[in-house]
Amino acid sequence: MEDDTIVCRCEEVTVEEIRKAIREGAVDVTGVKRRTRAGMGLCQGRTCEKIVTQVLARELQKPLSAFKQATVQAPVQPITFNLLAKASHD
Amino acid sequence: MREVDLAVVGAGPAGLTAAIEGAKRGCRTVVLDMNPRPGGQLIKQIHRFFGSREHRAGTRGIEIADSLFHEAASAGVEVMVEAEVYAIHDSTLEVVAQTNEDSLVLLSEEATTSRSRPLSIAARRIILATGGAENALNFAGWTLPGVMGAGAAQTMINLWRVLPGKKILMVGAGNVGLIISYQLIQAGGEMVAVIEATSRIGGYGVHAAKISRAGVPILTSHTIISASGESRVERAVIAKVDASWRIVSGSEQELEVDTICIAVGLHPNARLASLAECELCYSPSLGGWVPIHNSRMETTISGIYIAGDLSGVEEASTALEEGRLAGICAAASLGKERAGDYDDIKAIEGRLLGLRSGPFCQHRQDAKQELIGIGEAQCPKQ
Repeated sequence: MEDDTIVCRCEEVTVEEIRKAIREGAVDVTGVKRRTRAGMGLCQGRTCEKIVTQVLARELQKPLSAFKQATVQAPVQPITFNLLAKASHD
Repeated sequence: MREVDLAVVGAGPAGLTAAIEGAKRGCRTVVLDMNPRPGGQLIKQIHRFFGSREHRAGTRGIEIADSLFHEAASAGVEVMVEAEVYAIHDSTLEVVAQTNEDSLVLLSEEATTSRSRPLSIAARRIILATGGAENALNFAGWTLPGVMGAGAAQTMINLWRVLPGKKILMVGAGNVGLIISYQLIQAGGEMVAVIEATSRIGGYGVHAAKISRAGVPILTSHTIISASGESRVERAVIAKVDASWRIVSGSEQELEVDTICIAVGLHPNARLASLAECELCYSPSLGGWVPIHNSRMETTISGIYIAGDLSGVEEASTALEEGRLAGICAAASLGKERAGDYDDIKAIEGRLLGLRSGPFCQHRQDAKQELIGIGEAQCPKQ
């Protein structure tokens, strides 16, 4: 894969930025996410999480099964603050 | 706060059958689906299914969706469409639903005139049937407009009647890639090629034969290297790969295409299950990380059940059976058993075994057995 190929579309994070995060100590999807914002955009990693995992597996020479999915947090669907605020008053 | 016996997330084949079995046993049952029409992926399936009569061979998927919805409605299931479940905690679902003041049961034509509002649903039992999601493929230029999931292309042609492009490359020769290639031809597109990285066509011969007869080359041991174009896809470069997945140098060829469809498998959409703290395990044959479940389809969290592609990516036929199984077992755990439940469960298990046999499917049976084995040890005992 070329260095400037984008992995996370939402946050425009490239393969090289992910490799750099791994060189700097990221050992899992959450570690890459904290360092690069990959998976923190609108789709919340729905598209790129598997690709991030593949880069991790290649760079760290481990099987895909060695990498758990990133911690999932609510809301799992995009929702407006307006609606969230209404929900808390119920 | 609304209270129900059984809340099902996802109105695809698994969710609808689960709800039907629950409601038939006297559970107050609600099904929530984010789409405007119930049926899940079935509503895009315009081809006739094949297999056995029990699994509606000869029927088109979209007709199965309609008949399941009517069966659910007449069993007393409340089907909420355009209802997005955005959180789950303590057996409560947090939902944003398109509702008006009087009614929660809304179909698409009414939904457009109503407003979104948040809603909490407390359920004694929850069945997650959130399906699968398409895998992405990373190559230079994959973010250009014109590159899309094969399922997205299928939604465009079969639901919205929009042809995504004129000259199309399909990446992946499994059943999804083959069937959607044929449907793109039917919709007026030109399939330039179907490429497949492994050395053999993964889908059924009958589907491969249909597109071969239409003159579309199926190139095995080929991968995509790049997509390029000014502001959208104008061409793709493909190349041969050897047995150890290395590009064979000199084998690159440029194809003039405006659309590239990616059909490289699906993974279980386990977000809500993860949020509910269900334990997952990694199973390549089932699509990746999949929630652990036992033979009753219950997860490691008591009262939360799963069915369909979420419990391992398979087919509509297995989803229909697993949904029934989850529905019967969830109802039974509430004391709502019916005479004949035991025989029904045994019959479903027999049919699932049949669906998972044969050279194409045995690996799924093995993977399922392993998953259920882990589930029997880790999931709460009844």
